[in-house]
Amino acid sequence: MTESTYRIQGATGEWEVVIGLEVHAQVTSNAKLFSGAATAFGAEPNTQVSLVDAAMPGMLPVPNMECIRQAVRTGMAIDAQINKWSRFDRKNYFYADLPQGYQISQLYHPIVGEGQIEIVLDEKNPDASKKVIGVERIHVEQDAGKLMHDQHPTSSYVDLNRSGVALMEIVSKPDMRSPAEAGAYLSKLRTILRYVGSCDGNMDQGSMRADVNVSVRKPGEEFGTRTETKNVNSVRFVMAVVEHEANRQVDVLEAGGKIVQETRLYDPDRNETRSMRSKEDAHDYRYFPDPDLLPLELDDAFLEACRQSLPELPDAKRARYEGDLGLSAYNAATLTADADTARWFEALLTEGARIQKKSEGDVAKASANWLLSELYGALNRIGKSLEDSPVSPEEGAELLALVADGTISGTIAKQVFEIMLETGEKPGRIVEEKGLKQTSDTGAIEAAVAKVLADNGDKVEQYRGGKEALFGFFVGQTMKAMQGKANPQVVNELVKKGLG
Amino acid sequence: MTDLTDLTVAEIRDGFRAGDFSAREVAEGFNANVAAARALNAFIVETPDKALEAADAADKAKAAGETLGALAGVPIGMKDLFCTEGTQTTAASHMLEGFVPTYESTVSGKLWAAGAGMLGKLNLDQFAMGSSNETSYFGNVISPWRRGGGDNAALAPGGSSGGSSSAISARLCPAATGTDTGGSIRQPAAFTGISGIKPTYGRCSRWGIVAFASSLDQAGPMARTVRDNAILLEVMSGFDPKDSTSLDLAVPQWEAGLSSDLRGKTVGIPKEYRPDGLNAEISAMWDRGIAWLKDAGAEVVEVSLPHTKYALPTYYIIAPAEASSNLARYDGVRYGQRDLPDGAGLQDMYAATRAAGFGPEVKRRIMIGTYVLSAGFYDAYYTQAQKVRALIARDFEQAFEKCDLLLTPTAPSASFALGEKQADPLAMYLNDVFTVPASLAGLPAMAVPGGLDSAGLPIGLQIIGKALDEQTVLNASLAIEERAGFTARPEKWW
Repeated sequence: MTESTYRIQGATGEWEVVIGLEVHAQVTSNAKLFSGAATAFGAEPNTQVSLVDAAMPGMLPVPNMECIRQAVRTGMAIDAQINKWSRFDRKNYFYADLPQGYQISQLYHPIVGEGQIEIVLDEKNPDASKKVIGVERIHVEQDAGKLMHDQHPTSSYVDLNRSGVALMEIVSKPDMRSPAEAGAYLSKLRTILRYVGSCDGNMDQGSMRADVNVSVRKPGEEFGTRTETKNVNSVRFVMAVVEHEANRQVDVLEAGGKIVQETRLYDPDRNETRSMRSKEDAHDYRYFPDPDLLPLELDDAFLEACRQSLPELPDAKRARYEGDLGLSAYNAATLTADADTARWFEALLTEGARIQKKSEGDVAKASANWLLSELYGALNRIGKSLEDSPVSPEEGAELLALVADGTISGTIAKQVFEIMLETGEKPGRIVEEKGLKQTSDTGAIEAAVAKVLADNGDKVEQYRGGKEALFGFFVGQTMKAMQGKANPQVVNELVKKGLG
Repeated sequence: MTDLTDLTVAEIRDGFRAGDFSAREVAEGFNANVAAARALNAFIVETPDKALEAADAADKAKAAGETLGALAGVPIGMKDLFCTEGTQTTAASHMLEGFVPTYESTVSGKLWAAGAGMLGKLNLDQFAMGSSNETSYFGNVISPWRRGGGDNAALAPGGSSGGSSSAISARLCPAATGTDTGGSIRQPAAFTGISGIKPTYGRCSRWGIVAFASSLDQAGPMARTVRDNAILLEVMSGFDPKDSTSLDLAVPQWEAGLSSDLRGKTVGIPKEYRPDGLNAEISAMWDRGIAWLKDAGAEVVEVSLPHTKYALPTYYIIAPAEASSNLARYDGVRYGQRDLPDGAGLQDMYAATRAAGFGPEVKRRIMIGTYVLSAGFYDAYYTQAQKVRALIARDFEQAFEKCDLLLTPTAPSASFALGEKQADPLAMYLNDVFTVPASLAGLPAMAVPGGLDSAGLPIGLQIIGKALDEQTVLNASLAIEERAGFTARPEKWW
């Protein structure tokens, strides 16, 4: 465990920042939390709305157990206490995007209690930069609808598509001490949610957003008064909010002012936070147990089924990649940071081991290196993500197998890969058709070496005179003559022999 | 020939099946009575065509030899708290005036599916809040009953199901739906000399019923006989996956199980229900009831429900708390009333809409409910009330260790004149003193008429049963009904 050394240098000395995050994550489910209506993103306004979502008279909520299951699985993934008895409460307030006049949430008895998330601040040095961030609770609640202010000169329109969509509110403890820690926590949480499959983590679509609680204090003193910046929707913005808000608070305090407990909004264009409302005009939400719903009671069979359905989680996977597969800490971290990447990598590994008839450990390093450098480089260049990679894991494995069994050289492999990206053809076929197979035919190589040495008599002289660096030149010329298809080891040997 | 509108539900059902008359004749008879009784203001909307349509369907089905639904040929009234597809549903409020649901409540849907026809939407206290039917935006319902001796004062039919009680006792419909949150079926039944049962909480789906207080609201039937109530309740009950508080249990065959033989049953008489100053005629009626149940073979024991005196204050915390939240949806944004003054913003629209859309009693309860849920008051009121509610439920559990059912008065007095108690909300709330405890405990309870008081007005008795034991409640009520021989009916003046 590491202690953060992040400090803000004020006129009166050093300040420490204290951060807590409340993350709202939309539960992956085809249906809303209480109504059964669909939840498609980007649908036409008010097309994903049931009578319950529009709060028509006499309508009643019925819990969607798939949403409950996802919340429980998420809790299990962060090693949290699962509450077999929880209850829904109404949070009462008036707003045009809130048809019922209350949000169904869980204040008093959340479904998930205390858990924890381990973050790593330096992926190249994970053991020395680990920190555990406490999670206070996870509860499930309904999302509100959306107001549209740009549709009419004097009126606002209401879109209820999101009304009633299931959210998990994941509340951290005030355990973070720097923008980097807040960023790492949010990234890690997102990774876990995507592994579990309980939230797609698409922050740009609003599937995940954070309320950022920030306060400052002199090291060792009591917590200061905090502010809460609402609805921050990227890791970068969360870090920016922490940094900006902490500095603002230090400035206020050092100027003799006081921090007001308030809600603030982040303006990414100007990179600043603005006051939205202070505690004085805070709502009295009049929480009370929702009388339309019975307490939620989960039995052991349900919990066991949730547990059984959990995939291997990022920390375990990362340890396995390092330990069993022998990958570097950095590669293991990078490959496990995203569920899709890990899935792709494992498909590559499985297929590679199968066709090379080797263990996964034997093909892991080459597979990891190729994925992280060749494939990622190419995808970056053509602006595609792993999900829509033009090359499949099976094709990648085939390419790597061709290198491993000496059919082609690494250099040729790069060429073949380029052709794969362009044409979508299988690597074996490309090698066949373009005649790229590497040769170990000693006679042909010997002839090529002889010719290179004969054509470059002066350089041969220099080499023999002690300029040994020229060895690479002869190898390169021979490879060029062989159009890259010569087995490099054989070339090395024969050049050495020729220069003898 | 007998007037068809004097028949009970069972008589209409059986006579129709026997071919004594057509369903259309029955519907026309009741339609005529409804149209002729507008002075009672029992209906907000009359739907004679719907009644005829269902009747014709029943006649056709019978002619074709098809299987007939349990209520084929029977027209009924529908309390205007049940959402009815294509027919205005207002909860007797200005807020929902003109609101036409695109959906049918589960309970009304079951009744139509059983072949019943709709005579109209019955008036009630606004959002079911009231005990005299004086809070309706569409005007008071007037009881068909009058005091004897030439006193023509307009009397309250009880509330909130006052349209239902008035219409049934005036023979505008043989039966109707009611809803009961703190006595809204039982007290109006008592005031008008009819029967009505509030089943165990969860028996009837609340889906599609405009909510007042979710943890208390229960639908139930109202009719002139115990048998008719059993027939309707069988149709109205049953599990509904759309209501999380609905009970996933089979519906018993209550009508087939009817028996007024109470041998082996023990009746508890809660001593706390006989406070000092209890109306002497109510007290005497209660004693008569005890004698009738003994005559039917039951043993009678005194029991204690020690927390009874806290029931009313508890109810008037919990019910308004839930109501204040349930009624937040009436905000002028999506349906119903909208008042949008020139240049108004969202808050102004809320204020104007709710000021105009809700009546004074509804506003009073929203304010009480908002207050008891507020930060700083929540524990003192709401949390405390929930604790007391649990104690009240425990009182009943303990009493039911010694007996099978309880006999009590239904209301502390006979009907009173309209306007008499309106100035004093607390006096009005006292009407629910005998009905509220069973509501808080979620128990089945039934009102059954016992006789007339010295002014010639009906007074009734209440049977409270164990959870899910509607059969015993119905049977004891039947024993009273048989012995009371209540045949009085209001003299037609309307």
